[in-house]
Amino acid sequence: MRMKIISVILYIVFAPIIGGLLDGIDRKISAGMQRRVGPPLLQPFYDVSKLLQKQVISVANAQSFLLQSYMVFMVLTGAMFFAGSDILLCMFVLSTAAMFLYFASTVTGSPYSTIGANRELIQMVSYEPAVLMACVGFYLVDGSFEISRIASSQLSSIIYLPGVFAAFVFVLTIKMRKSPFDISTSHHAHQEIVKGITSEMGARNLAVFTITEWYENVFLMGVIGLFVVNENPYSYLSAVFVILFVYFLEILIDNTSARMKQFKMLEMGWAVALVLAGCNIWVLMLIK
Amino acid sequence: MIAVPFLICFPFLVAFILMFVKKPEVQGFIAYIGASLIAAGVGALAIGRVMGGMQPIRMFYETKAADSVIFGGEIVLMLLVTFLCFKYNRKAVCLLSVIPTAIIAAVEFAVPTGNTDHICVDRLSMMMCLIIGVVGSLIIVYAVGYMSGYHMHHKEVKNRSGYFIALLFIFMGAMFGFVLSSNLIWLYFFWECTSVCSFLLIGYTRTEEAVNNSFRALWMNLFGGAVLAFGIFYFAYYMHTLSFSEFIKAGMAGNVYALLPIATMAFAALTKSAQLPFSTWLLGAMVAPTPSSALLHSATMVKAGIYVLFRLAPAMSNTTTGTMIAFVGGFTFLVASLMAIAQSDAKKVLALSTVSNLGLMVACAGIGTPETIWAGAFLMIFHAVSKSLLFLDVGATENTLHSRDIEDMHGMLYFLPMLAVFMFIGIAGMFLAPFGMLISKWAALRAAVDEKNIALLLFIIFGSATTSFYWSKWMGKLISHPHSEHFSIKDVTRKNETVSMGIQAVLMVLLCVLFPLLSKVFVDPMLYEMFHTSGRVLSQGLLYMLVLVICFVFAVPPATYYFNKKVHSNTKLAYMGGINLGDNTSFVDSFGEEKRLWMSNYYFANRVGIRKIMLPCQLFAAAVLIVMFCIVLGVTL
Repeated sequence: MRMKIISVILYIVFAPIIGGLLDGIDRKISAGMQRRVGPPLLQPFYDVSKLLQKQVISVANAQSFLLQSYMVFMVLTGAMFFAGSDILLCMFVLSTAAMFLYFASTVTGSPYSTIGANRELIQMVSYEPAVLMACVGFYLVDGSFEISRIASSQLSSIIYLPGVFAAFVFVLTIKMRKSPFDISTSHHAHQEIVKGITSEMGARNLAVFTITEWYENVFLMGVIGLFVVNENPYSYLSAVFVILFVYFLEILIDNTSARMKQFKMLEMGWAVALVLAGCNIWVLMLIK
Repeated sequence: MIAVPFLICFPFLVAFILMFVKKPEVQGFIAYIGASLIAAGVGALAIGRVMGGMQPIRMFYETKAADSVIFGGEIVLMLLVTFLCFKYNRKAVCLLSVIPTAIIAAVEFAVPTGNTDHICVDRLSMMMCLIIGVVGSLIIVYAVGYMSGYHMHHKEVKNRSGYFIALLFIFMGAMFGFVLSSNLIWLYFFWECTSVCSFLLIGYTRTEEAVNNSFRALWMNLFGGAVLAFGIFYFAYYMHTLSFSEFIKAGMAGNVYALLPIATMAFAALTKSAQLPFSTWLLGAMVAPTPSSALLHSATMVKAGIYVLFRLAPAMSNTTTGTMIAFVGGFTFLVASLMAIAQSDAKKVLALSTVSNLGLMVACAGIGTPETIWAGAFLMIFHAVSKSLLFLDVGATENTLHSRDIEDMHGMLYFLPMLAVFMFIGIAGMFLAPFGMLISKWAALRAAVDEKNIALLLFIIFGSATTSFYWSKWMGKLISHPHSEHFSIKDVTRKNETVSMGIQAVLMVLLCVLFPLLSKVFVDPMLYEMFHTSGRVLSQGLLYMLVLVICFVFAVPPATYYFNKKVHSNTKLAYMGGINLGDNTSFVDSFGEEKRLWMSNYYFANRVGIRKIMLPCQLFAAAVLIVMFCIVLGVTL
């Protein structure tokens, strides 16, 4: 019980810092791939602190409280995850958080924000099957949805779940909104439709959104790590390596692909979930 | 135990009285009294049972008089259906009423059966009675106000609202009889009663479309009833008993004479619950005035099929019938939610979502383990309240806006706040974590994995994604900025409609908060009664986590809202590339003229619309059912 509380507090305090550092590493490596010098490593923190010092600017008053609710639920998701609770419930709370983001974009009545919101829904529909398959895969392999049980299993879950892991990494690109799936909003370009849900987020609201993204990234990397950890403490070390490798993979995919059409994303997300994850689970059901 | 005959007979009495009263105010008054007494009756029954220890009780072993009344009622139904079939020139349909009545008459008079209990009050029937009594009464209260508004702007429809409300009461009486019966012939009679009632309610407006749709509902439901009648005959002939509990026990024991009857009863339940391939009757039923849609499609009629499947669940688990039924249910869940994405008519969306949710409940029943019945029971409870709230709200919205297109509800929070808030609560109750549907999905997913049912797993996973899509985009519509600043709509919702909806909204919130208690006190013991095994479906830790999440969902948005109220915010115009005309509702086009901004949702009608996928899905589901019957017949014969 004490361990849980400590994990939750560590997550709440350190996740933004780790998330921001990951963001900085992302920008630095991307710059390297594009033969640029790139911003300093701590640039994301400079950006966010600058945003926080600005006035509150919004198009609709409701945006602020909806985005802050989004942040609270994202923190709740990560806290539940690192406290070792039920992973399926975590994903459901995550979908609630995503709903608040969707509402924050729709409530503006702004055209580009609304387009982005519609596309955000398509993104959610695209990644949800693979995410649920991951939870089901864990249940099948470790006999429980409890993260504390999954993390202390004998063998790393990834050995039984290669297809599920591959599908999850595929939809991670969708979840992290990295090219080719940066359809509801993009980190790079600053055009209208491309800016999507973040079009009408200014100043403090944008800061809240960015910090929430950091919390989310730490949570997602945690799920990647969950595939690798087992009762052996050295597995945590290999988990860190896998996480860093997957993160690098995301940066690589981001820099080497052009944005796709949204319905292609939907088709691919579902196909990957059905074929890679679905067959993996089917085979497991047959042999277990 | 006066409550049971009271609940069954009193609604018929009220309906009878209503047929003779002409003045609308008196009709309304009688309806309120009737509805309140029924709700009180259900409450008294519930309290009486809780005091008495909640053991199942069986009553009425000697029922010669009641049997004659019921048989007389069946003849009346048959004559009524035949008359209307001839009047509207659909003569073939009446065969679906005449032949089963003859079969049942044969059972009644020619097949020897013993004297068994005719009424059984156990936890499952108690739960159904509560749903029917509470939600049904609230709908009747709503209907009184709604019908006067309805006839005010549908002047072309003849005002028979007394007859309409009388039908609602008959319906409730039939439903009570249905869930409390433990005799197969009584069950069959009340079943046919609900089929005919829904037929009359759908055809209320007497337009050509209404008549067509009502006859479609009639033949589909009668077809299920006919198959059921045959199954009852078969069972009575070989097993010499008409007891429902013996029926279930024979099925659980794997008795070969129970195999076919159980398949027929499950099939009949599929028609009643509008599963594929019989879904089109429910969609067509939308032409009726809203209270009938709400009553039929949320609180009562479709739940009758689910109730039967829950009763059959212990007998269906691990059998071919169960697997096939679960497959059809899961398939319907996925496909109906796809079709709902393509709909912009709010009532059609609600109808398709009903079909979809029922599919999930059917799948839970088909698998037939305590876990899935637990999940299905909660799905049923939450669905009854939230769907009825949504239907009533859409009806009130239609009366005010003269449209039930979701696109016309853009920004409804700003011009019809009360209706929008209720709608928001209703939709949230349908799919948002941590409300009921979510916990049922959790349990259903786990059960699908435990049963190694890959097809059902895929249906639930993909169906869950599509379901959240069509609900979310509706919610987004409600809170958007309206298209016009100068929208002034007078909310014509009547007081009694508001009261009814308000009570249901509060009920929904209470259900979410109290559901762990409900599980421990009611649903878990119910599962024990059905399966004779005890065990918690949800672990203690998970329950606490759920309560925590529920608290967050209720506490966080208001807290952040009040926190931000005091913060001064600089409001800017929405970005429109520099051509925003100044009020976020219009912009300057390339010719320099003013253009109104109009935003709409995605529908994908040409990919997943009804016109595209309904027929292939119906054929596929029909094929699965034919295969199921072939297998069952092959084993039986």
